[in-house]
Amino acid sequence: MKCWDAARTAESKETALTELLNNISPATSEPLIRASDLHFRKNDKVILEGVSLHISPGEVVTLIGPNGAGKTTLVRILLGIAPPDSGSILRRKNLRVGYVPQRMKFDRIFPITVERYLRLGASTTVSAHERLLEETGVRLLFKSLLHELSGGEMQRVVLARSLLRGPELLVLDEPVEGVDAPGQAELYELIYRLKKDLGLGILLVSHDLHLVFSQTDRVVCLDRRICCSGHPDSVLKDPVYSNLFGPSSARKYALYTHSHGETGHPPGSH
Amino acid sequence: MEPFITRALAAGIGVAIVAGPLGCFVVWRRMAYFGDSMAHTALLGVALGALLGWGNNLGVILVFLAVSFILAYLQKRQDFSMDTMLGIMSHTALSLGLVAVGFSPEVRIDLMSYLFGDILAVSWTDLVWIFSFAVGVILLLSYFWNSFLLVTINEESSYAEGIPVDRLRFLFILMIAATTLTSMKVVGILLISALLIIPASTARIFARTPEGMAILSAALGTVAIAGGLALSYYLDTPSGPSVVIVSALLFVGAQFWRMIYGR
Repeated sequence: MKCWDAARTAESKETALTELLNNISPATSEPLIRASDLHFRKNDKVILEGVSLHISPGEVVTLIGPNGAGKTTLVRILLGIAPPDSGSILRRKNLRVGYVPQRMKFDRIFPITVERYLRLGASTTVSAHERLLEETGVRLLFKSLLHELSGGEMQRVVLARSLLRGPELLVLDEPVEGVDAPGQAELYELIYRLKKDLGLGILLVSHDLHLVFSQTDRVVCLDRRICCSGHPDSVLKDPVYSNLFGPSSARKYALYTHSHGETGHPPGSH
Repeated sequence: MEPFITRALAAGIGVAIVAGPLGCFVVWRRMAYFGDSMAHTALLGVALGALLGWGNNLGVILVFLAVSFILAYLQKRQDFSMDTMLGIMSHTALSLGLVAVGFSPEVRIDLMSYLFGDILAVSWTDLVWIFSFAVGVILLLSYFWNSFLLVTINEESSYAEGIPVDRLRFLFILMIAATTLTSMKVVGILLISALLIIPASTARIFARTPEGMAILSAALGTVAIAGGLALSYYLDTPSGPSVVIVSALLFVGAQFWRMIYGR
């Protein structure tokens, strides 16, 4: 694994070693994206501290963490929107990424129909994806203006558009924010169905594991650094997890830190 | 028609067909204040150009280039909010420009014509400037049209899709600068952003596509220019304010139309 770490810095994206690794590893086992030892600070405040993460094809990775844990920052760095202070990001060559942001805000002042929006920047014709349009249910919305859509409809349209581009990796940042409860379940069901059909890797950001528990392959718990990760079952039993998210977490957290001191954290992480 | 009227009309149309589509992006991206601030710095360019004997256009171009770089940089950093930084910058530049003009009595600058426009004084050279910039901006805007739309809809997902968001942002600032430069004579520094915002907002009432809104906005801008020019010619009103007033009347009329026939 060490060679991955050294292979690429955030600045130099194309190295000979990467080429070599791309050729050696067969496409199926190679992660779509691998971030190693990311550090990021903003105004002298540590946001991310030694975060490593990879996502493989066909895998659903759920990133959870309390508010201010650095989830959005991590996503921005993975997407290449902001460079990390240090650490490396290795993307599979020509990786196509679809991104469904937290909540799309639409102004009435911007008139655009759903159909036109779906066409914008699509690599293929929209009609070539009949099934996708049926499954996401956006066909019925074609003639609507984007700003007229409800929260749930909007997320389905944004999801459909990112899928039309044929992504290998789909990044969903709290995709059900502002969607009513039945809509939330429906939306998640849709995402998982599409994942099964299309075999894409998914990075899902959520502040609530229970919503996404059953379909997640791997949970990564973030609170500036990665606190715990693994299969959802094991993470749910992890005391670190319940300290961060469990009921009456404040009291438990106080007890935990009192009895264990700093030993819960990896040494030298401060 | 007298030739100076023809020139004025041509200049107005050249400005309106650029300001229309560009103005749509200004309102979509909520950059109205941005365009205004940009324009205010122009007077500094005029003053510098006159003082150093470079001519107006070169002075303004240099100031705009500097401003574009500063703004592109400020948009990435967020120490203060953008409108605060813009306010500081534009008013400082406007004041520096006014002071510079006042300090040099040997340089004759007709302040009123720069602040409020003097469309009837447009020369053939001005026309060449206006139309070369207009063609340039329209070509750029059409070439990058879809990318601009995507960035307007959501910057972050555009990054994820590999659209060169930062370069497009800089290009957009440069296009605003170019439009400001060429419309100074027509509506004046203080009123340029009205030409960007009002026709676009009027067009929104009728448009159902971004392209429709852009084209309609250009058309409405042209009508406003022609109407303003007529006012200016017959009633001897200052050209910039006349254009803005006609434009605003169209906007109000469109609002009434919507209230009656309703969307």
